Amino acid sequence: MKIIVCMKQVPAGTKVDIDPETGAMKRMSGETRTNPYDLFALETALQLREQLGGTVTVLTMGPPQAEEMMRDAYTCGADDAVILSDRKFAGADVLATSYALAQGIQVIGGADLIICGRQTTDGDTAQVGPAIAEHLAIPHAAWVAEVVSADEHAICVRQDLVSVSQISRIPYPCLITIDKDTCVPRLPSYLLKKATADRPIRILGFSDMSDQDLSRYGLIGSPTQVERMFAPPVMERQVVIEGTAEEKAEKLFSILTDKKII
Amino acid sequence: MAYPYKKMTPEDFDYIRSVTAPERVWVGSEIATEYYRDEMPEYGVFPPELYVEVLNKEEVSAIMAYAYKENIPVVCRGAGTGLAGGATCKYGGIMLSVMRMNKIFPVDHKNQTITAEPGALLIDIQAAASAEGLFYPPDPGEKTASIGGNVITNAGGMKAVRYGLTRDFVRCIEAVLPDGSIMNFSSNVVKNTTGYDIKDLVIGSEGTLCILTQVTLKLLPAPTCTCTLVMPFKSLEECADMVPKVLDLPFVPTAIEFLERELIDIVERNLNKMFPVKQGEAVLIVMYDASSKEELDSAVEAAAEAALANGALDCCIAGTPERAGSVWAVRGGILEGMKADSVAQEECDVVVPRSRIAEYVKAAKKIALSHGIRVEPCGHCGDGNIHTEMLRGSGMSDEEWKTATHESLTELYALSKELGGQLSGEHGIGNGRIAFLEEFVGPRMIQLYKAIKLAFDDKLILNPGKIIEFH
Repeated sequence: MKIIVCMKQVPAGTKVDIDPETGAMKRMSGETRTNPYDLFALETALQLREQLGGTVTVLTMGPPQAEEMMRDAYTCGADDAVILSDRKFAGADVLATSYALAQGIQVIGGADLIICGRQTTDGDTAQVGPAIAEHLAIPHAAWVAEVVSADEHAICVRQDLVSVSQISRIPYPCLITIDKDTCVPRLPSYLLKKATADRPIRILGFSDMSDQDLSRYGLIGSPTQVERMFAPPVMERQVVIEGTAEEKAEKLFSILTDKKII
Repeated sequence: MAYPYKKMTPEDFDYIRSVTAPERVWVGSEIATEYYRDEMPEYGVFPPELYVEVLNKEEVSAIMAYAYKENIPVVCRGAGTGLAGGATCKYGGIMLSVMRMNKIFPVDHKNQTITAEPGALLIDIQAAASAEGLFYPPDPGEKTASIGGNVITNAGGMKAVRYGLTRDFVRCIEAVLPDGSIMNFSSNVVKNTTGYDIKDLVIGSEGTLCILTQVTLKLLPAPTCTCTLVMPFKSLEECADMVPKVLDLPFVPTAIEFLERELIDIVERNLNKMFPVKQGEAVLIVMYDASSKEELDSAVEAAAEAALANGALDCCIAGTPERAGSVWAVRGGILEGMKADSVAQEECDVVVPRSRIAEYVKAAKKIALSHGIRVEPCGHCGDGNIHTEMLRGSGMSDEEWKTATHESLTELYALSKELGGQLSGEHGIGNGRIAFLEEFVGPRMIQLYKAIKLAFDDKLILNPGKIIEFH
């Protein structure tokens, strides 16, 4: 079983610097961390490896500083790490990012299962995972709330789709994007940190890709025009709950559960 | 002596309404039953005769002056999160809630202090300090506790290892005495040798000496980085033996806690909060704060190496807020998890010298088990304050439970004393531990306690029957 987990290094805080010219995010500034959603993807992959055997490769596209995130993935138990890093990849939108990642996946030999986080905390589109699957022409399930079961041939997942829950059995190769809070990601291990200190991290650039058409990558390959980027206003919404004390308690409990506050 | 107290009359109710407001006064059956008890109903459920929510010190003063004249007992209540049966109307009378006195004044940057009324919540004080780049370190598990309750019980919590207790952060206090006098204990100064230190005496007096109406707290510059380590061990004994090794390192930990796997299972099972480390029968949780990443990395490496050298199965590193959150959420869910997992609980809150922690933990488990009780030692092992949680199984009769817990507690307190410890580290005496206090501290000490109580409260009207009895 070969599993690839796509990860992304995102700004650690909520403040993001935006390039006023291009509308793209400035990745060099400030503290960074692993996109929190991707930690659930990595944990899911590690649990599947424990159950089915095989390997977990983490893959990212980003600047060389992403090595820190990949080392962190090693300390959690990943077997192999690959960074797609090239100035030609910079400034990519969903289309160009997913294309480069799909190319990278092919270059490293493909996978039985590709797992992504549901979305990133900077881009927030939740589209890169499904777009990778489309480029690779493999089935996918997005926003997976639970891995129901998995064997050597297929994975069975549950998606909560607003009013219904859908359970699908998807044969490999396939891609899933995992919601957060589906599991508790394990912590980095000091023993693994020491054991993997010298483990190499592969860096792949544009020249390693099989498709050498530059217009598919980076800013040039990005049809999305960003007119303006801004933080959404803080919403202060008032919700009035009506009914008897029991009904109100029930509704309040349900709202808090839905919002995952409790 | 003042016992028995006056039973309150409609005239008394009217007077309290006249010095406060009718819509802030409840009497008899109008009073919500949550005000009959604190977080531990096991330590007594007592209905007040009148419940009043005050807005300012003048109202507190007027109520106290009247209660003093009429010989009516008064109990001050904050958020009701106490764990000793302290804020309860054991002898009826007035329950005075300060929860509407919850103003937090702007941070005083020049003095690095913050001033608040007693009903302000700890979580809001911490947030107000944090918004100004400062830090209020005392961190008892219950963040929705009131700051007045924290001060009057000298709340401790997990970060006592590095920063100390609530008492270490109180600059000055404004309070109302049982006769209605409004007093200031110390002022916003760093040093003070002016007479007896009443401020420090009042802190931790569990509402038996005065009612706080304002407190000023010291703040620190906020640490810039923090990391939590989880060290899994094969046994609780190995885990406890690691504590002095951590304390020996040249880095001062912010917190050291330990948890047995059984307790983790209880939280996971009942609260659906999963612990991120699956290895080990017991885990030691060690937290470090630092002012630079380099300093933090050095502390983490030293602690991790020490753990491995002393039998830890690994050392897991929670260096981000999400990762640390998944660790502390389980630690913070212990009380709730145990309540859901057992019919009743009894808790022993002893504190022993740090050098005797392992000895205490090993012996405590044997003691409770010898009386047929499920026991879960956990807690702040970095400061020696071990919470020995006793859980009642569904098969135990009331009598069996009562006898077994009493016998266990008697032996546990004797053990603590033998090891040079104290009866309560941070939860206090209240009503719940009063039966064990005299045996522990001796008659001469009780005499001193009584003299202190009488110096403040000669008619014994303020929170009577807590810490000491005057029968």
